[in-house]
Amino acid sequence: MAKKLLLEYDHVPGISTLDVYRRHGGYASLNKALKDLTPAQVLEEVKTSGLRGRGGAGFPTGMKWGFLARPEGVPRYLVCNADESEPGTFKDRYLMERIPHLLIEGMVLSSYALGANTSYIYIRGEYYYVARILERAIAEAYEAGLLGKNIFNSGFDHDCYVHVGAGAYICGEETALLESLEGKRGNPRIKPPFPAVAGLYGCPTVVNNVETIAAVVPIVRDGGAAYAGIGVGKSTGTKLISASGHINRPGVYEIELGVPVEEFIFSDLYCGGMRNGKKLKAVVAGGSSVPVLPADLILKTAAGEPRLMTYESLADGGFASGTMLGSGGFIVMDEDTSIVKNLWNFTRFYHHESCGQCSPCREGTGWMEKILHKILDGHGTLADVDLLWDIQSKIEGKTICPLGDAAAWPVASAIRHFRKEFEEYVTRPASIRDVKHYYRLHSMAEA
Amino acid sequence: MAKVTIDGVTAEVPDGTTILNAARMIGGDLVPPAMCYYTKLKTSGGYCRTCIVQVTKGSDKDPRPMPKPVASCRTTVMDGMEVKNITSPELLEARAGVVEFLLLNHPLDCPVCDQAGECDLQNLAYANGKAGTRYQFPRREFEKIDIGDKVQLHMTRCILCYRCVKVADQITDGRVHGVINRGDVSEISTYVANVIDNDFSGNVIDVCPVGALTDKTFRFKSRVWYTKPVDAHRHCTKCTGKVRLWYKGEDVLRVTGRKDHYGEVNDWICNECRFDKKKTADWTIEGPSHIDRGSVISANHYESLKALKATIERQKKALPHGNKVSLGHGALDPNNA
Amino acid sequence: MPDYPVTVPHMSERTEYQFSPETLETARRIIQRYPEGKQKSALIPLLHLAQAEFDGWLSPGAMDYVASLLGLQPIEAYEVASFYSMFNLKPVGTCVLEVCRTSSCWLMGAEDVVRHIEKKLGITAGQTTSDGMFTLKTVECLGSCGTAPMLQCGADFYENLTLEKVDSLIDKLKSDGRRKVYTRDEPITI
Repeated sequence: MAKKLLLEYDHVPGISTLDVYRRHGGYASLNKALKDLTPAQVLEEVKTSGLRGRGGAGFPTGMKWGFLARPEGVPRYLVCNADESEPGTFKDRYLMERIPHLLIEGMVLSSYALGANTSYIYIRGEYYYVARILERAIAEAYEAGLLGKNIFNSGFDHDCYVHVGAGAYICGEETALLESLEGKRGNPRIKPPFPAVAGLYGCPTVVNNVETIAAVVPIVRDGGAAYAGIGVGKSTGTKLISASGHINRPGVYEIELGVPVEEFIFSDLYCGGMRNGKKLKAVVAGGSSVPVLPADLILKTAAGEPRLMTYESLADGGFASGTMLGSGGFIVMDEDTSIVKNLWNFTRFYHHESCGQCSPCREGTGWMEKILHKILDGHGTLADVDLLWDIQSKIEGKTICPLGDAAAWPVASAIRHFRKEFEEYVTRPASIRDVKHYYRLHSMAEA
Repeated sequence: MAKVTIDGVTAEVPDGTTILNAARMIGGDLVPPAMCYYTKLKTSGGYCRTCIVQVTKGSDKDPRPMPKPVASCRTTVMDGMEVKNITSPELLEARAGVVEFLLLNHPLDCPVCDQAGECDLQNLAYANGKAGTRYQFPRREFEKIDIGDKVQLHMTRCILCYRCVKVADQITDGRVHGVINRGDVSEISTYVANVIDNDFSGNVIDVCPVGALTDKTFRFKSRVWYTKPVDAHRHCTKCTGKVRLWYKGEDVLRVTGRKDHYGEVNDWICNECRFDKKKTADWTIEGPSHIDRGSVISANHYESLKALKATIERQKKALPHGNKVSLGHGALDPNNA
Repeated sequence: MPDYPVTVPHMSERTEYQFSPETLETARRIIQRYPEGKQKSALIPLLHLAQAEFDGWLSPGAMDYVASLLGLQPIEAYEVASFYSMFNLKPVGTCVLEVCRTSSCWLMGAEDVVRHIEKKLGITAGQTTSDGMFTLKTVECLGSCGTAPMLQCGADFYENLTLEKVDSLIDKLKSDGRRKVYTRDEPITI
């Protein structure tokens, strides 16, 4: 069994309470840091660990922390991104629900390293019951002196609050999240300035994913070098993977980065193989935004090497034959799945979630959805497939935030790898009469 | 100071200048179009994406190119930066894509739109767009709404530049309109029936790049190219009183702020000057306004014969043989009218 | 715009908006989480409280009330409320069934769940039953992909749905008859 750093005790009864969490080594890292380490040393451990942002972009966490501006007399903030909304991703919910104190310990630890006296956990509104679990845990931590003034007699003060969102995928983008936290519409900001210089309330701010912050706990406990010893190359440590779709054992798995994709899908330690004995058709490896890959390319790279669950191996071949680890939302599709319908589902999602601030994404996402709807309706033409390709290329890289890219990549990859299927849909429309029409185009109006 | 090269033209500009403003300092064809940026409005720009440029060299210190096109209105120049605008065919293609997106849900009702002739979107489409559309679906439509007795909002034409919201935020008190909903059903709205009622609310008309916010006192009175702009001023306790009057015959059909080459007003004007002072006797006339931005009124038909003669003389001198003269910006060129 | 009746029988728009003393206390505690002068941050949490307390939706009156608590212009509350999909700007039924329709849930049969509920309740997605008991909504990914298909009602997740499970859930909600809201049932303890 692989080494677990985050979910080692996830099945211990009562692990969500402070008592049980502490009995399993909880808050030892915080104690160690506040007693023995300076903030700079904690930062150094994180840099040594090679930890990369677990929210999707995979940016080195130590480097991100290093960018934080430290002007005199200006408060700094740590904000935890618990807006987990990437379709196919549910690892943060699992972690917060099971072991809320792991996140809270990570919040205080990271804040100590950053010199932040206030932190916010921005959690998506639909996770209201998880927010309550976190609030209960925070209350316990305050009572035990693990939050508040003079934690462990170190002179370090810290307050941590939960802030609930209200339903907007875009708020997972860090600057949109900050806008939302300030009580505004979740419109991403134009960068620069980056949050490290001007973030929450214009103050220097670090925004990190739940899993990233939680990973700081084992890093401080075991040392950055031990963490870096796990994994392959620049993909160090463990990663939570949310496995879903047509597999036997969907769920959250903590893997050591470097597990072969084939093993992950077919081993009984993880996904347990395809449901109902069906054949594997395609995989979206890192949440709906990343390129979809057909079975042969997800199991082996274009060069014939076995593909591994690492940032580098999944990206091998670029977008021509590779994909991304992203948030670790691993969606598996069997041979009966229609890639075109699935793409329509994704595209509708991005249309629904576009904030509407910049024109390519606002107008382009809806256009792509309508074209896909038309194709599924049996009225598509070959020109529509080419048009889709052209539209996605005009959205990608032209928008304020990465939602434009996230909307474009699934379209590009589906056409790149499954063009035949699109052609079949437009040349033999009679075969696709089972289209459902539940979802109207302007679904925002439903609310 | 920072040295920046745009399309091969190098200029020294103050630190902190945006690429767009650096291009405007250089002038000419290399200036990117801008639909949402407005110099006088803080935090404006970045939304419409028409001003995107390719940064091929970040700076002398860090010469790496920027991986994606950037919004020139919100990106500051660095010393040694090199930028491609009209010299990059890929970028022009990308911009044509942005124009297509902006026009996707636009009604193209220019024949009945008061803004026609001085519309930034029209100019943008002529200069940067492609003929025809590939959009085959119904366009989004909204009801016309009166917001106050002087301003009409026709959301169907709006491109969501946010300028009018920023005007309300930055130069008036108690903003009552904003952007509601999200995505492609976002709209400028007061949400509940409400009037925008303050001394400077009329400025939303001047900043609107399209015909979404129009002056009700001028609606359907005349095509703008049949009117003569004249600069005038009066003593006003609320604003500078420096305005532009638009005459048809002896009548002042409308009053607007004085716009510069890039369509931005020099001074905000108050509603009293804009809506209530429509007699020549209210004003001290300074003379005809010369308009040199790319739209039909920049043909400047209304300028006096004397000025026209001067232009001809000037152009004769500039030409080696002195026998080919064009009047203004394509006054005689139907393609440009 | 929605094609369901705007006025649900037992839910005509109220005329007075005033939080209960307990909710006001909760609101006051929430506002204190943010630095001096940044009370606008409390807008979304307070809109949640208002939606829970004022019949499950945000009327202009409810939003005006929240704006007044925070010293904001009403339009600031409208702008925000209309941006986020959890806020209902039209009256809804006592129980809002929100079926996830994205990716994994869709792969695992969310469409069948929606179709089943539509048939059972005699409404289509976006509508409210004539007795004002149920509103059916389809929503985007709720982070329950490993336990798909799923629906949310109030703060509760109902996962690994089968059509039988949906039936018994609807029966249970009906016999219970209580409004299901996102916000906490008990006051927070900090």
